[in-house]
Amino acid sequence: MAKKRVVSIKLNGDPVEFLCEPRQTLLEVLRDTLDMTGTKEGCSNGNCGACTVLMDGRPVTSCLVLAVEAEGAEVRTVEGVACGSHLAPVQQAFLEGAALQCGICTPGFIMQTEALLAENPSPTEEQVRFYLAGNLCRCTGYDKIVRAVMCAADKRRAAMDD
Amino acid sequence: MSTNGKPKYKVIGTRPIRHDGVDKVTGRAKYGADIRLSGLLHGIVLRSPHAHARIVRIDTSRAEALAGVRAVVTAADIPPQGDRMVELGEGAVNMRHLSANVLAHDKVLYKGHAVAAVAADNVHIAEEACKLIDVEYEVLEPVLDVLKAMLPDAPVLNDDVRTDVMGGSPAASDRPTNVARQIIFTKGDVQAGFAAADVVLEREFRTGTVHQGYIEPHNATAMWNANGKVTVWMSTQGIFTARQQTAELMRIPVADVKVVPMEIGGGFGGKISVYLPPVAAALSKKTGRPVKVIMDRSAVFEATGPTPASYIKIKLGVTRDGMITAGDAYLAYEAGAFPGSPIGPGCMCVFSCYDFPNARVEGYDVCVNKPRSNAYRAPGSTNAAFAIETVVDEVCQQLGIDPADFRLKNGAKEGVRRVDGPVYSRIGMLETVEAIKASEHYQSKLAGPNQGRGIASGYWFNIGLKSAVTATVGYDGSVTLIEGSTDIGGSRTSIAMQLAETLGITAEQVTPSVVDTDSVGYTDVTGGSRVTFATGIAAIEAARDIQRQLVIRAAELWEVDPSTVTYVDGGVSGPDGKRMTFEELAHKLPETGGPVIGNGTSGKATQAGAFGTHCVDVEVDPETGKVQVLRYTVAQDVGTAIHPSYVEGQLQGGAVQGIGWALNEEYWYDDKGSMRNATYLDYRIPTCYDVPMIDTILVEVPDPQHPYGVRGVGEVPICPPPAAIANAIAAAAGVRMKQLPMSPPRIMSAIWERDAAK
Ligand code: FES
Ligand code: FES
Repeated sequence: MAKKRVVSIKLNGDPVEFLCEPRQTLLEVLRDTLDMTGTKEGCSNGNCGACTVLMDGRPVTSCLVLAVEAEGAEVRTVEGVACGSHLAPVQQAFLEGAALQCGICTPGFIMQTEALLAENPSPTEEQVRFYLAGNLCRCTGYDKIVRAVMCAADKRRAAMDD
Repeated sequence: MSTNGKPKYKVIGTRPIRHDGVDKVTGRAKYGADIRLSGLLHGIVLRSPHAHARIVRIDTSRAEALAGVRAVVTAADIPPQGDRMVELGEGAVNMRHLSANVLAHDKVLYKGHAVAAVAADNVHIAEEACKLIDVEYEVLEPVLDVLKAMLPDAPVLNDDVRTDVMGGSPAASDRPTNVARQIIFTKGDVQAGFAAADVVLEREFRTGTVHQGYIEPHNATAMWNANGKVTVWMSTQGIFTARQQTAELMRIPVADVKVVPMEIGGGFGGKISVYLPPVAAALSKKTGRPVKVIMDRSAVFEATGPTPASYIKIKLGVTRDGMITAGDAYLAYEAGAFPGSPIGPGCMCVFSCYDFPNARVEGYDVCVNKPRSNAYRAPGSTNAAFAIETVVDEVCQQLGIDPADFRLKNGAKEGVRRVDGPVYSRIGMLETVEAIKASEHYQSKLAGPNQGRGIASGYWFNIGLKSAVTATVGYDGSVTLIEGSTDIGGSRTSIAMQLAETLGITAEQVTPSVVDTDSVGYTDVTGGSRVTFATGIAAIEAARDIQRQLVIRAAELWEVDPSTVTYVDGGVSGPDGKRMTFEELAHKLPETGGPVIGNGTSGKATQAGAFGTHCVDVEVDPETGKVQVLRYTVAQDVGTAIHPSYVEGQLQGGAVQGIGWALNEEYWYDDKGSMRNATYLDYRIPTCYDVPMIDTILVEVPDPQHPYGVRGVGEVPICPPPAAIANAIAAAAGVRMKQLPMSPPRIMSAIWERDAAK
């Protein structure tokens, strides 16, 4: 077994240091070492998007990122989306739009949506569907998710205009 | 849309935010894999690389010697079951088969079959240890196709299986066989029926093996305590059946097992049978520490689910003016490794959308070297609907009859007797067809070439079974609601809303919790489209119990006879205009005797069936065979929609699962029985880029068996899509698809065949 490494990242704004084996994924460390279980594991090979987090603003499937690769990165997880006890527009839109059933896919969709809206504040339905195509949901048929994302975009724009 | 004068509700029909919503959008909700316990060990299951083999020898010594390994278990660590059938909530199960599925006995029957398991300090060590377990196999020939498995010289999976012939007549032979069950239903005079027909059409169909595809893999964490008590934390559709299966398999009293429900990341029928709890329990018993076992995605595909592949033949007789005279159906479903495919429901559903004066249905449950099949949303019905609804469409095409009109003429309604016996009570099949016929979608014109429109209907029973609810009134006017139905799609809220409606309070005043098996009365699985119906009834009963007690408290306060007090409109009313709201009375509970706790159960109520009719537009690419779904509308009889958003969600989600089944999804096996697409990349479920918005029409024909008219809605929406899409493809490309999935290569071969025939 290879020696453990010390890795420093910024997690949801806070500096964090952890020890990990080189073979451990960022997903495993987030969940098992740092106890951030909001990020979900659906497939561990990059196909479902449940483990999506933002690394330096870019959405990544954390099951395909080695924890050691995150050295120096800013990592944002679903736990860091709300501002204190204020839900972000995306979270609010998912709640109001009933865009989750079992909810296991929700953290991944929320992170991917955060990335989408940072890149493109006014996406069309087609753009939303294209950008979220790597996130699988087996419960909703996507209708209410896509609507919630469009609605979140409106909410964010309205908040920015204020 | 309401079919008759709709009662006025205050809470029912509104769209409150679900009670568990904030936890689920912030990542705080705890699912099965999220549990943390001190001293936790991690388990990994070793699985068979062969589809069919005898286990000659298992040597675990090298694995046990690895540093960090705490225990290894095999089937020898699960007590023998003998020859027992045990009622596990949704039917009797052969315990020897269930146990052999959890950890293989002397044979492995499918690739991925669990053979042994390791508990270690972390998953990586457990994985390494699994590779050090030496298993010697004598490889046998697998059988992977339902019709081949029925042949007399086919390799036989289980020595103890004989054909169970419905009606109890003795098995045709005492030889071991893969044909576990034969079913026959008849109604009327089938020969005479076909003789009276002007058009008789006979068609054969095949459907592939598909998986429920829930995003959360199976998981279980078990702690076998020194006092012999076992606690299991897991995501499951049924805490009580999980408890019973675990106890029966470990042969300990049911009362010694407690199952703690974690949030569940999808189930669709696939999280009822247990796989991991006995394994985790056996590992915990050996180590004295809690053990967590989580499947990886390939294990989920290779060893759980699936729903059966099938062969179906349908013969349909119709008069020139479009009246059904007779039907004949032959269905053979793959059970997988052990008997138990949903052939029963398949046979009951195949003709259930129509009034068949004469019909015969014959069905077979057949073992093959694939994972033991499990329920998947309206189990058995989708396969059957694909076949019958396609034949109906072809008959309509031949006779030049509008397929909606054909359904209106022949559709099932109250009083019609199904081929398998029962007579329908108030159902809404015709109303769903009318809704589609009247929809803007059905009336609209198609927009371009290579496009086509199809419709299809579907049926599912919906079950009642047992539920329990306890509700406690808080002194501040809140209510806590305790239930045992694990919540997969917002059911906490639909249950809380029914209690709120009955008490005349708001949904937000109720706090629902799903609790463990020690903390609530027996409740059957979250399945069979039963929770909003049956647990709803239990909640209504609990609310009525609260009402009765509040009436007595009010009478005491007012010093009047309780018979002069009534509970109405969210409060109590007494003589001389006396009135207290629920909240006001709640504040006075401490001085009138303390807490008020209402109990409610449901056990006797049964549901009438649910029907849906779907309309779909597709475009078929004549160059590639790719089918694009352009527009989709679901009309379904939902009884009374408690929370319309989550009702729509069930319709949309079910429809998209059906679209996946229709177009993409299928297990690919090589001839050795190895699944070649056990990842989400290769077993491709629909993404949001594959589907359009799914429009819904909620047809409300209240079920009189529920106080508010609830009808289960979860399952039937998966039934019509494959047939609706096949019918749309026929309209678009002039080819009749007889095999699922209708993937591009199959569409292209059909198109080439069509062109060659010209
Ligand atoms: S768990 Fe990472 S993509 Fe599925
Ligand atoms: S809500 Fe269950 S997978 Fe998306």
